Amino acid sequence: MAVEFGLTEEQELLRAEIRRFAEERILPGTAGRDRRHEFPADLVAEMGELGLLGMLIAERHGGGGVEPLTYCLAVEEVSRACPSLGVTMSVTNSVCGWPIDRFASEELKRRVLPGMASGQVLGGFCVTEPGSGSDAASMRATARRDGDSWVLEGEKAWITNAGPGGVFVAFAKTDPAAGKRGISAFVVTADAPGFRVGAPEEKLGLRASRTANVYFDGCRIPAGNLLGEEGQGLKIALATLDHSRLGIAAQSVGIHRRALELATAYARERVQFGVPIAEHQAIRFKLATMATELEAARALTWYAASVSEQRRDAGRFAAEAKAYASEAANRACWEALQIHGGNGFSEEYEVARLYRDVRVTTIYEGTSEMQRLVIARHLLGT
Amino acid sequence: MQIELSEEQQLLRDTVRRFAAEVVAPRAREIDASGEFPLDFFHRAGELGLAGVYVPEEYGGAGMDEVAYCVAIEEISRVCASSGVILSVNNSLVCDPLLAYGNEEQKRELLAPLASGRKLGCFALTEAEAGSDAAALRTRARRDGDRYILDGGKVFITNGTHADLALVFATVDPERKHRGITAFVVPTDAPGFSRGHHEYKLGVQASGTTQLFFEGTPVPAAWRLGEEGDGFKIAMAALDGGRVGIAAQAVGIAQGALEAALAYAKERHQFGRPISEFQAIQFYLADMAMEIDAARLLAFKAAWAKSQRKRYSLEAAQAKLFASEMAQRVTNKALQIHGGYGYTRDYAVERFFRDARITEIYEGTSEIQKLVISDWILRGA
Repeated sequence: MAVEFGLTEEQELLRAEIRRFAEERILPGTAGRDRRHEFPADLVAEMGELGLLGMLIAERHGGGGVEPLTYCLAVEEVSRACPSLGVTMSVTNSVCGWPIDRFASEELKRRVLPGMASGQVLGGFCVTEPGSGSDAASMRATARRDGDSWVLEGEKAWITNAGPGGVFVAFAKTDPAAGKRGISAFVVTADAPGFRVGAPEEKLGLRASRTANVYFDGCRIPAGNLLGEEGQGLKIALATLDHSRLGIAAQSVGIHRRALELATAYARERVQFGVPIAEHQAIRFKLATMATELEAARALTWYAASVSEQRRDAGRFAAEAKAYASEAANRACWEALQIHGGNGFSEEYEVARLYRDVRVTTIYEGTSEMQRLVIARHLLGT
Repeated sequence: MQIELSEEQQLLRDTVRRFAAEVVAPRAREIDASGEFPLDFFHRAGELGLAGVYVPEEYGGAGMDEVAYCVAIEEISRVCASSGVILSVNNSLVCDPLLAYGNEEQKRELLAPLASGRKLGCFALTEAEAGSDAAALRTRARRDGDRYILDGGKVFITNGTHADLALVFATVDPERKHRGITAFVVPTDAPGFSRGHHEYKLGVQASGTTQLFFEGTPVPAAWRLGEEGDGFKIAMAALDGGRVGIAAQAVGIAQGALEAALAYAKERHQFGRPISEFQAIQFYLADMAMEIDAARLLAFKAAWAKSQRKRYSLEAAQAKLFASEMAQRVTNKALQIHGGYGYTRDYAVERFFRDARITEIYEGTSEIQKLVISDWILRGA
């Protein structure tokens, strides 16, 4: 054991490769895709070929089998260039590939993981419902056993990758009387009868990621698509979210980094009162604060990843990383826009999109408020 | 990357934690009230290796690394911030520059007693008219054969009331601005040396802050550190390291405040239940823990970089800026959780709240840290 902040050579190389890919292939089209609300299926396929969509899936199923920190590095690089692709990637890896790799039967893994690992099949996570957000246990979707099948009924909301996605981890009540112990987790493929996707949501940001409702209308899936045991659904959902918070923290770090880059570049070239505005202390101090909070956010994210890597309970630290990194990134984007002045309010400048994109990071995969409850429970031992 | 204390560092943490609980904590409140400098604490800390944590054993230190140093300062500051800064100054601002710039004779003669805690050091840079603008200092050093003669005065010198040795920055030629600044080790029993009164402060009351005066004070040329004109560089390098120590101190103060607030929130009942059951209080506690963890990681990162002989000025400035402002917020929330009781001297949070304030000022104000950080950013670091 040691206190050691360096990356391995392998991590450095991977990061450099993804940074180059993001710079060359992702960033140039980010503004256009946002304007057109366009989900870039081709680019996502390229990311799949690079191995970015099955990073957390075991190697024997064709995945990358990488440690959480390596994954965080990748999400940061992609999100810096395009937060929409960041979430597309994070969702398929963290909340679909990861729980299937962790909780599915061997037979189920063999059926669905190779496609996901190769990047040809995108994944999603169906827990939220119109009436059930932070209070996930209050979900109304149901699943009943019928011979060799499970039949799902219900409506899921805000499902990232609904539409392009082919595999979903979905939660429904198998024993509604048992409350939160009556929730079970399933793998639902998009070709299952009775699976339907609603119209894409129009969102404030992340417009190049696809979000829609998912409907289960007597949706029939094989009995073997149960994840874990009956009644373990909430536990699986919470374990998944504990882990996935690393992805959103890393996404936030990537956005934050981009905001700092844009603000620094603008402050160097924008001249007011006869000097670049970077020479005014008010502007310099904003940059210093943004840079410091970026380091703090990244340190918390990496630390949570390293704790998770040691298979220790990273719940508190992942919650800290997610809450801190997302809020810091929101502050950074706010300041970056402020430094741009009126230009920042124009969609001609990248910072305006970033300001819209970043907003959801304090909300999805557990609001900041839920993260604080998680942290407080750890502190109080409740 | 891995952030787990090594076995040796864990052992040090446990030892220091015990020492802090048994020796430091029982007197923390009393010396805060009286302002008495805990000289015996310093000597005992020295016996544990805490006066020169990362000084090699051959020069009287504990021979550990900068991360271990952070751990030690945090554990002491968690119960008594005055004791924390006493050690931080001796380690970072006196031992460190002697280790980095001293010649062999200076290391044996001067560093060894300081690093082993037999002698107490202080760092004399700041003057009445030279705070953040350290290069404006006016204390003069005139060469006189094989010695220098010092004239001038210093202010806000931590450990100054009891220091045996002072690392003094004086100019051999004010015209040369920072290039004239030169560092000297001055024994406090030298002729023409005197101390002012003990400053009565908002916090860190027992840290022996005072003025120092030099009136024709002779210093052997052999006790000049580095060359003439090296002083500014030596001071700035020392302060880079000092910032790691102050970041660790701020983390310790905040950790002490969080633990006090947690305990209080569990036992204090209002509206028929412990206040820890209210979301408002839970969210304060969560924010406190989150920010403390972030600050500790930044301090560790700077300390690790220093231990690897990597560039760490930026990391140290960020750690110091973040940790000190964090400590201010955290102690404020801890006091708030205590309600009216937190405003009384019956509870330690009142002291933590006062003690935290200085961490945003000494060893480079937050504003100076932001200048340092933005310089790096604009240079493309």
